[in-house]
Amino acid sequence: MSADGNKLNADAPLLEVENLHVEFDTYGGTVEAVRGVDFTVEQGQTLAIVGESGCGKSVTVQSIMGLIPMPPGRITAGSARLRGHEVLGRNRIDGKEIRGREIGMIFQDPMTSLNPTMSIGAQIAEPLQVHRGYSATDAFAEAVHLLEMSKIPEAAKRARQYPFEFSGGMLQRAMIAMAISCKPSILIADEPTTALDVTIQAQILDLMQDLQKETGMAIILITHDLGVVARMADEVAVMYAGRVVEHGSADDVFYRSAHPYTVGLKEAMPTNDPALQHELKPIEGSPPDLFAPPRGCGYCARCPHAMQVCDVQPPSDHFLHDHHFSRCWLHHEQAPIKPETIYFKDAKA
Amino acid sequence: MSTLVEAKELTRFFDMGRDQRVHAVEKVSLTIGEKEIVGLVGESGSGKSTFGKTLLGLHDKTSGDVVYRGEVLPSKYSPADFQRLAAKMQMIFQDPYSSLNPRMTVGEIIGEGLRLHSAASIESVKEQVAEWLRKVGLQPDHMSRYPHEFSGGQRQRIGIARALILEPEFVVCDEPISALDVSVQAQVINLLGELKESMGLTLLFIAHDLSMVRYVSDRMAVMYLGSLVELGKADEVYFDPKHPYTEILVGSNPEPDPNLERSRPSTAIQGEIPSPVNVPAGCRFANRCPKAMDVCRNTTPELIALEDADRLVACHLYSKLVPG
Repeated sequence: MSADGNKLNADAPLLEVENLHVEFDTYGGTVEAVRGVDFTVEQGQTLAIVGESGCGKSVTVQSIMGLIPMPPGRITAGSARLRGHEVLGRNRIDGKEIRGREIGMIFQDPMTSLNPTMSIGAQIAEPLQVHRGYSATDAFAEAVHLLEMSKIPEAAKRARQYPFEFSGGMLQRAMIAMAISCKPSILIADEPTTALDVTIQAQILDLMQDLQKETGMAIILITHDLGVVARMADEVAVMYAGRVVEHGSADDVFYRSAHPYTVGLKEAMPTNDPALQHELKPIEGSPPDLFAPPRGCGYCARCPHAMQVCDVQPPSDHFLHDHHFSRCWLHHEQAPIKPETIYFKDAKA
Repeated sequence: MSTLVEAKELTRFFDMGRDQRVHAVEKVSLTIGEKEIVGLVGESGSGKSTFGKTLLGLHDKTSGDVVYRGEVLPSKYSPADFQRLAAKMQMIFQDPYSSLNPRMTVGEIIGEGLRLHSAASIESVKEQVAEWLRKVGLQPDHMSRYPHEFSGGQRQRIGIARALILEPEFVVCDEPISALDVSVQAQVINLLGELKESMGLTLLFIAHDLSMVRYVSDRMAVMYLGSLVELGKADEVYFDPKHPYTEILVGSNPEPDPNLERSRPSTAIQGEIPSPVNVPAGCRFANRCPKAMDVCRNTTPELIALEDADRLVACHLYSKLVPG
């Protein structure tokens, strides 16, 4: 490993994001896309970030990766430390180098994320040449090996083909091969299976889990599909209107949901568990306008339990236990209803 | 329950030149009863949308028939056929962004059907559009706005109002919710449910979200590579799939329940849906099927009834050809 590798402190958390704020200047004004996000990811863990479109989940990881175009984007506050080393900020060359090596990323739409004029093998080889100093021939040979790891049949032949010759599922495998090429300690997957069929989705999720077991990398999975979350996640962060509203282990968030939005999301989905059959209960209204974010809780306008205070003041973190928190005024001791009464009635909890 | 629409060995091929044909839909037979919701599931490329469009005459039929209230519909619609049948059969499209004309106001989009199909005056069209906007949960003064001013969920409501303003009997919903967020999906599904009740609609609900199809539908049909492989009551098909493909499809459908997901064995299927160009003989699923036998590669399985006549499966595992 090169000299800057020892800037990384092996005792620090793998990735620690603190109080991240991201804004975008647009013709319509300034959008506060991310308004204070904190989370920590440890080695070998899978963190799922869940939320609706526009809640800031993609912007969060893109700013960690340095993919936010600036301008119009702006990181106004916060830090993201990889093993203690700050990676936020575009002008930090060393940040870029560390990101490229330590974090791999796959995107929702593999068709538009790959270069149509480069062969698949050459695209996978490129980061190896840039970040690991491989020669072109070695990098290509390694690319073929990576395609094999991603379970692409006839990898040597496929490496010479171009993206249009691949199906959607195969392209996503190629993307994964590229993302893991530098043996990253974190794989960020931004809606990796949204464009795929359930059968292919199952293959891709299996592949990600197998690779995680082999390499011990952490996965940050961004998705809006609670089914995918249930399948993959150790930890879950539920985002709404640019903030994390609930964070905990998968079991905590699914079986002991503590935020009305999490409850709302679950009730808006059909369940196939005969014990839990229920009418679909949509969350009325739409997410708030982040040009003028609400002063109080972002979910206030759609929340069936909203109180006066919710409109005026943002709720603080309420820890149900060490690793499970919810940002909701219902947890306040003076709240008229106990949050337990709104929990999704779950037979298996 | 009387039959409203019936597809009889409905087939739609697309010619690609040089003797190549896409077998998009091949010999699909399906009856849809009055006021019934039939869900149609399958991977992309299985021919679900083509089937729905061919049923409505938006594609010409290569062979086979569509029978609507006892009347055999022409295999290629003339403008007069469209004029006559569009008032009875309508479609709600998947993508609420590309299916609305960006140069027309919402009032023009929703009212267009009425202007073309009824003698209603401009005022009365306006009134009905306003009423429909209210019915789908929008404001009457949204009439003068353009589609880009609306969110995805609101656009889908506009698409629903456009399809239903002529009070059709039969509506094909082609993935009406797959472009929407979870919380908005439930809004649109509940709206469709209410309108179905109040108007007595019959729906063909095409989707790839199995949980949602099970929730919405009375019966569920499963398509693979252009052919119908299983049909039955939605709950029975979901909880007790007979066809190996349905089994895999249900097994790959992730449930929002961590304990269940952890305990579930991985059922990921190998390979991908093959090209529908020049499909092989025999069962189309044979090359991916974990239970494939020799007969599967040679003989195409017929759709046969199981215990009760409502449950149909096209698989040699259940046919009399195979001993045991």
